[in-house]
Amino acid sequence: MSADQNLTKDQSNPAVDGKELIRFDKVTKRFGSNVVLDELDFSVNSGKHVTLIGPSGSGKTTILRLLMTLLKPEEGTIRVGGKYLTHEERNGKLVKAGEKHIREVRKNIGMVFQQFNLFPNMSALRNITEAPVSVLGLPKDEAEERARELLDMVGLGDKTDAYPTQLSGGQQQRVAIARALAMRPQVLLLDEVTSALDPELVAGVLDVLRDIAHTTDITMLCVTHEMGFARDISDQVLMFDSGRVIESGTAEKMFNEPEHERTREFLSAVL
Amino acid sequence: MMSEKFFTEWFLPGIWITVQVTVYSAALALAVSFLIGTLRTSPLWIVRFASGTYFEIFRGTSALVMMFWMAYAVPSLLGIQFVPMAAGVLALGLTYGAYGSEIVRGALAAVAPAQREAGIALNFTKAQRLRKIELPQAWPEMIPPFNNLLIELLKGTALVSTIAVADMTFAGNLLRLAKGDSAPIYTLLLVIYFVFAFLLTRGMRLLERQANRRMGKTPPEKTGFLSGLRSKSATDAVTGTGGAK
Ligand SMILES: Nc1ncnc2c1ncn2[C@@H]1O[C@H](COP(=O)(O)OP(=O)(O)OP(=O)(O)O)[C@@H](O)[C@H]1O
Ligand SMILES: [Mg+2]
Repeated sequence: MSADQNLTKDQSNPAVDGKELIRFDKVTKRFGSNVVLDELDFSVNSGKHVTLIGPSGSGKTTILRLLMTLLKPEEGTIRVGGKYLTHEERNGKLVKAGEKHIREVRKNIGMVFQQFNLFPNMSALRNITEAPVSVLGLPKDEAEERARELLDMVGLGDKTDAYPTQLSGGQQQRVAIARALAMRPQVLLLDEVTSALDPELVAGVLDVLRDIAHTTDITMLCVTHEMGFARDISDQVLMFDSGRVIESGTAEKMFNEPEHERTREFLSAVL
Repeated sequence: MMSEKFFTEWFLPGIWITVQVTVYSAALALAVSFLIGTLRTSPLWIVRFASGTYFEIFRGTSALVMMFWMAYAVPSLLGIQFVPMAAGVLALGLTYGAYGSEIVRGALAAVAPAQREAGIALNFTKAQRLRKIELPQAWPEMIPPFNNLLIELLKGTALVSTIAVADMTFAGNLLRLAKGDSAPIYTLLLVIYFVFAFLLTRGMRLLERQANRRMGKTPPEKTGFLSGLRSKSATDAVTGTGGAK
């Protein structure tokens, strides 16, 4: 069912789909002598939902953290919407980007974390409005109105004044999703966003994400162990091993007839 | 024990001076604590070095000698003459501010790194992250050690009597010199310092409760009459049990 649905959606949005939004060029990331990404090349087109799968330690989180500029690559370049993320061009030469340039490119990217990372000193509503107001300069009442809409969308319309400590994990994660969306990012990075949740809370969060995937044009880059969910939303699945893409394809192809031996092994272990 | 004239002309004004010196020094110390404490977490080594040097200098020098230095050395060195109370307030505020900077630095370092990352992901500037995320979260952690420091500062204000600031200790010394009978007046002074310390602690406890409420934590339940005096350990006990009792 999912593949068909994605296909129709792709055709209904020709304007946003197809253009390259994210590009990794020969990106190398090392931690000491541990080479996590070795000249990684890959790209994601605008509007696509891409799931990264692969064994633990294969570098999936590292990729998302590089995109969020929480890590810097040792070599290679990353581009988002055609602009270099950690480099900028000066006098025709590529140099390390300054904070201003990084913030300019970074505003297109949002992230939801495994541990939610809500701000404990702010109510749910302010968690969502703070960045739009102080970073984007949105008027406060406009930001609040939009935050209420977003909270409604994630099913927490009655929790505007609750503090993170007063919310369950699943509720916190849904606020965190609303918070990321409030910045209107082009790309949403999701790193195992249900892994820290009690099993009975997982479905609610995944439903919200499915909804976003099916009703918005946001490009999603998603690391998950929820293979059913990955099947539902993914246009493309990338199989990682040791910091390389060893196989990629549509969700249907990857889950039903993987070609690579490592992919088959990995999927039989997690499915 | 004391004449009415002494009481109204020296003792009451002395109490008021003690209060003033405490408030001014605490305000200065607080400002210095936040400034130096924040600078000490800077990513720039030169900023960390400069602020760290400030901390080491004021930690390593005697507040009393610093007070003499402000009152008597600065005029001859720089040609600036402070009124005695200003010299006292400067010495106390700068010294206790150095200790306070350690509290601020420690509390900032204790904020979860994930909070910084969430701030980056929402594209806040460094200054915005500090102001809206890191300092507000560090603040409740600072209050109990700030309380201890404030009590130390209150008691330290007695030092100003040595540079001719007529605080309540100064008044006590006057009375001893005049009458020779020092037991009652010094006992009274001890009691007054104790009562002030007690009141300050109660005030800080209110602040702590309010800060915890702002973080969505339910305030620790009210404990006994003297609980305020053990503010730090009392909070630890309450939060540590996680409401298990
Ligand atoms: N901050 C760090 N310092 C040192 N090594 C790190 C750091 N972060 C990640 N690594 C190493 O990089 C490699 C890839 O880690 P990464 O977190 O990207 O894997 P992953 O694919 O997300 O794994 P998992 O499925 O377990 O989350 C691992 O070998 C890990 O030990
Ligand atoms: Mg990971």
